[in-house]
Amino acid sequence: MFKNTPSSYGLVAIILHWLMALTIFGLFGLGLYMVELTYYDSWYKGSLDLHKSIGITLVAVFLFRILWRALSTQPKPLGESKGMNQLAHTAHIAMYIILAVIVVAGYLISTADGRPIEVFTLFNVSALDFAFDDQADIAGKVHYYGACTLIGFAVLHALGALKHHFIDKDKTLIRMIKPLKDD
Amino acid sequence: MKKLLVSTAVSAAMMLSATAANAADYVIDTKGGHASVNFKIKHLGYSWLYGRFNTFDGTFSYDAKNPDASKIMVNIDTTSLDSNHAERDKHLHGKDFLNVDKYPKATFKSTSIKFDEDGEEADVTGEFTLHGVTKTITFEIDKVGEGKDPWGGYRVGFEGETSLKLTDYGIDYNLGPASTHVDIILSIEGVRK
Repeated sequence: MFKNTPSSYGLVAIILHWLMALTIFGLFGLGLYMVELTYYDSWYKGSLDLHKSIGITLVAVFLFRILWRALSTQPKPLGESKGMNQLAHTAHIAMYIILAVIVVAGYLISTADGRPIEVFTLFNVSALDFAFDDQADIAGKVHYYGACTLIGFAVLHALGALKHHFIDKDKTLIRMIKPLKDD
Repeated sequence: MKKLLVSTAVSAAMMLSATAANAADYVIDTKGGHASVNFKIKHLGYSWLYGRFNTFDGTFSYDAKNPDASKIMVNIDTTSLDSNHAERDKHLHGKDFLNVDKYPKATFKSTSIKFDEDGEEADVTGEFTLHGVTKTITFEIDKVGEGKDPWGGYRVGFEGETSLKLTDYGIDYNLGPASTHVDIILSIEGVRK
């Protein structure tokens, strides 16, 4: 039920997957929206604080997901083409790496001058004791283009899932929605 | 003909030496850090926000005996804007404000400098380029002091301030009714070349 099996994802992996998918799309939308707010918009500051707070929370969930994945059995891919399975696997790993790059870059923007990141006004994440030239500008570009790339990958990822469901008619998408009973 | 050429050459040489004697050339002492380009703008109308451009250079010529022959030029690296808050600097560097990727330089070049009778104050007129827009501006400067330094050199310093309307330079991000202008404060010390 909770753990993965060789043929099915467990509930923990399923919840982590959808929770992070929702959060990442939410942060992407919020990020694009907040930078367009005018200076006198009442949410000008609040939107940025929320984006950072959710971002830091996402990092904690992300770390737990990596740990959980490392300790879990990975269900075998259902696709028949070895090449496609390998490609999908590479794309999954790439998404993890891009997400890591985005959150590190986001952290480097906000901490570029040594200020900490305040998380839901509950606690602070400190800045690291180093900085490089134009840190906020460079990290800002990496953060933005990284996020666009990740969303691009996520769209391909979703199209792949739909192909499995409607064209290949296998259970790739279904087993990401609910744990399957072993046949 | 030959005579004319000689006399032309002689008078040209005299003019050259006259210029050299009248106007001393100075380099703005950014190397030693005795110069700054600061700015201030009102925040919401409730306080002054100060910042500066950390990287710039410039030269000027000045002679106390013939001050109106003075000239100055300053090049400012807009990417070096520093308001002591990295996130704000990132915003100011971006397209809403200075767009430093496209316009990495701001420049000022004087076209005329007119000192008052005691030579302590002057109106400086020149071409100022910011955000890709060039405008002729005039502002007042004060001479702060002049003389030998303790290390064998000779220095003179000035300070001036001018107010720029942001929209004049194509910067139309709305910071509120109290924050339509930014004051630029140029404080320089020149070392004679």
